[in-house]
Amino acid sequence: MNAIDLKNLDISYGDTKVVHGVNLAVAEGESFALVGESGSGKSTILRAIAGLAPDWTGDISVLGRARSHGVDRAVARQCQMVFQDPYGSLHPRKTIDSALSEPLAIHGLGNRDERVEAMLKAVGLDQRFRFRFPHQLSGGQRQRVAIARALMLEPKVLLLDEPTSALDVSVQAEILNLLKRLRREQGLTYLLVTHNLPVVSFLCDRLAVMRHGRIVEVAGVDQLKHGQLVEAYSKELLAATEGANRAAG
Amino acid sequence: MSTLLKVENLRVSFPTHRGRVEVVKGISFTLGRERLGIVGESGSGKSMTGRAILKLIRKPGLVTADKLEFEGIDLTAQSEKQMRSVRGARISMVMQDPKYSLNPVMTVGEQIAEALVTHQKLPRREIEARIIAMLEAVRINDPQRVAKLYPHEVSGGMGQRVMIAMMLIPEPELLIADEPTSALDVSVQAQVLDIIDDPVTRKGMGLILISHDLNSVSRYCDRILVMNSGVVVEECAAGELANAKHPYTRGLLAAMPTINESRDELPVLDRTQWAGT
Repeated sequence: MNAIDLKNLDISYGDTKVVHGVNLAVAEGESFALVGESGSGKSTILRAIAGLAPDWTGDISVLGRARSHGVDRAVARQCQMVFQDPYGSLHPRKTIDSALSEPLAIHGLGNRDERVEAMLKAVGLDQRFRFRFPHQLSGGQRQRVAIARALMLEPKVLLLDEPTSALDVSVQAEILNLLKRLRREQGLTYLLVTHNLPVVSFLCDRLAVMRHGRIVEVAGVDQLKHGQLVEAYSKELLAATEGANRAAG
Repeated sequence: MSTLLKVENLRVSFPTHRGRVEVVKGISFTLGRERLGIVGESGSGKSMTGRAILKLIRKPGLVTADKLEFEGIDLTAQSEKQMRSVRGARISMVMQDPKYSLNPVMTVGEQIAEALVTHQKLPRREIEARIIAMLEAVRINDPQRVAKLYPHEVSGGMGQRVMIAMMLIPEPELLIADEPTSALDVSVQAQVLDIIDDPVTRKGMGLILISHDLNSVSRYCDRILVMNSGVVVEECAAGELANAKHPYTRGLLAAMPTINESRDELPVLDRTQWAGT
C-alpha cells in the first residue's frame, strides 16, 4: 500500500488550472521531495492532499483511502501538514499548550495533558515553553511547535511545505536533524516541498522535479547526489545550486 | 583603491526595561570600490549595521560612532535634511521583501520615476527613456508594459528587480543590499545578484551585501565580514571562506547540507559558546 497515491490530478484556483495531470506514488515510510521554482504547483499539490485546495479532479488517496473533496477527518488523522512560515502559522493569541491541545479536542482524544508533555519532549522543547505565546519563542522554536502540532494526532504521513526556508542555516540544521530523527523513531512518511536541493539530499529518498504544474522528472536521491538528472530543466536547477556551492567549498 | 566608506567603532543600542541593549557593539571597517559581504544569523546586527550607515535608525534607537565617513562627508554630523540628499542619490539600499517595500498604489514606472526626480530635474521624455532603459538593464522583458503595472501584478522576482531598478537609477556610489534575494527562488537569485553586480564592475559602485546565505555572499563578494551578536568575529577574503578559523564561522559552514550529503546528522551550533543569539 502506498502512503500517498495521486492519479491524473488536476488542481485549479478559480478559472486557472495550476496543476496538470500529476501521477505520483509515495511508498509508506518513504521521504519524497517535490522541487521546482515558485508557481510550479508543488505547494498546491500538498494543499490539495491536506484539503486546503478543494478544487481538484482525479484521485487522491492517503494510505489506501480515497480522499473526499470536503473536510475529511479520517485523512486528517493520518496526514498532517507543516507550513513554511513559523511566524504566520501559529495563532498569536493562543499558548503553545492550547495550540497543541486543539487537534486532540477536535478528534476527541483524551489524555491531553500527557500527550502535550510527551510531544514537547519529542520535538526537543523544554516544558517551560508550554504556557508561552508564539511571540515569546524564536523562529526555530516556533517551527518545532508547528511540527509538534502536526504530530499530535500521531499521523503516519507528514506534508512539509518548505519547513526550513524561513530559518537561519544553523537553526535549519537543528530542524532537519529533528525531522530525520522523528521519521526514524515514528516510521513517518514525508512529502516535502522545497527549492533547496541540498535539503533534499539530506532528508529524502526520491524527488520529483516540477515545472509549470507538471512533473518533469522523478529521480532517486543518488541521481541527484551524482548529478545524473536527465531532463534539461532538472539540470538547470541543479546547476543553479551547484554554482553557489562550488564557490563556497 | 580609494576609500568610499569608513566606519569606526559603530554602536547601535535600544532601550529596554532592563537598560540599553547594544545590538551592534563597536564594529569598524573600511570599504573601497569593492563588494563587501556581511553575513550572520538573525539578530547578529548585520541589518542594523546597514541601516545605521544610512542613519535610518529612529529614536529611541541610538547610533554612535567614532567615525562614519562617506567620501569625506561626516555622516554623523549631517542633519536629517542633508541626509535626504545622500540617501538614494549617493547611497541607496535594497530591502528584502518586494511585497512590503513597494508602494501598492503606484505603478512600477511611477515609483522608479519618483526615485529619479527626487534627486534631479529632468524633462519628462528623458525620464521615461531612462525608466525603460533601467528596466531593460535589470532584464525585464517588455519594459513598456511592466512600467504600467502595479506591484501586485508582478512576481516576486520581478518585484525585486523593480526595486533594484529604483535603487540604481540615481546611479549611487554605494549600494547596500539587505538580503536582496532571500525572498526569491534559487533559480532567480543568481540573476538578481548578477544584476546588482553589473554596475559594480562597470561603474565602480561600492556594494555592501548583507545576507545570511554564506554561499551567495562568498560567490558575489570580494571580502566577507562574519557577524555574531553585534561583533565582527571574522574577516576574510571571499575565496578563503572555506578556510575560516573562527568556530562560529566553521559551525555555520558545517551546518549547511551539501548536494552530495552523506552525513547522518548535521552538526549544530553550540550557542552557549559565544553567549549570543
